[in-house]
Amino acid sequence: MSKLMLKTEGDTHVIVTRHFAAPPDLVFRAHTDPALVQRWLLGPEGWTMPVCQLDARPGGKCRYEWKNAQGHGFYLTGELLEIEPPRRIVHVERMFLPDPTPDNHVETTFEPDGDGTLMTMRMTLPDAATRAQMLATGMEHGMEASYVRLENEVLAVRA
Amino acid sequence: MDNLDATFSALSDPTRRAILARLALGETTVMELARPFEMSQPAISRHLRVLENAGLIVRRVEGAKHPCSLAKQGLEQVDRWLEMLRTALSRNYDRLDKILEELQSPKNPEDGEEKR
Repeated sequence: MSKLMLKTEGDTHVIVTRHFAAPPDLVFRAHTDPALVQRWLLGPEGWTMPVCQLDARPGGKCRYEWKNAQGHGFYLTGELLEIEPPRRIVHVERMFLPDPTPDNHVETTFEPDGDGTLMTMRMTLPDAATRAQMLATGMEHGMEASYVRLENEVLAVRA
Repeated sequence: MDNLDATFSALSDPTRRAILARLALGETTVMELARPFEMSQPAISRHLRVLENAGLIVRRVEGAKHPCSLAKQGLEQVDRWLEMLRTALSRNYDRLDKILEELQSPKNPEDGEEKR
């Protein structure tokens, strides 16, 4: 059962939605407290986030650094534009791979949804080519593990 | 995965997405494909070439006609890729679920005390 929805919209947006069994203020806190963010924003197994700086105020900055056991790593920097606890975060970010990717403008909202929260993340990329590139590099950097696992599991069954 | 850049860039054009939607209904000739679009046949053929190079469609030669159809493999690749992205993101949020559970647990000393 997958609660996560990921889709593209128009030529430049990527939309991610997810339900959480906790009220909006807690989900908001888990997105704005660096000590909490550091525990879940990791990607596939095997990656850690040794650096997690996040100053969740308008004009504040963030910097996340990820590393895997092989010593590969990359980092992301961003600026917080709007913070409306507990409903909305607007920020802009780019990854360094090591060259910076074009800015990704992200609006994250947390709406009450039954007993819990519906999170909607709306990413806006400068153009269709950048979105395509972002989706593809997301694959290269950090998703190898899932890919390998998928190959092992799915392709082994087919063979 | 080598083809993924070509695939996503092929999908980034609305005309090409419309062509794929039409082909989802079944094999179609270039002439039939061009009809609903206000575009010349050569222009449509250019789009078809992009889709073909990206591995999203295949073309047969049948006399002067070149019926096109969806290439299952190319589409499966896109689907598989999106599924992997979902998996990686899902893992993040599964971890977040556990943290939220912890934060809500009455045993948690942090609970109830507003920190921010």
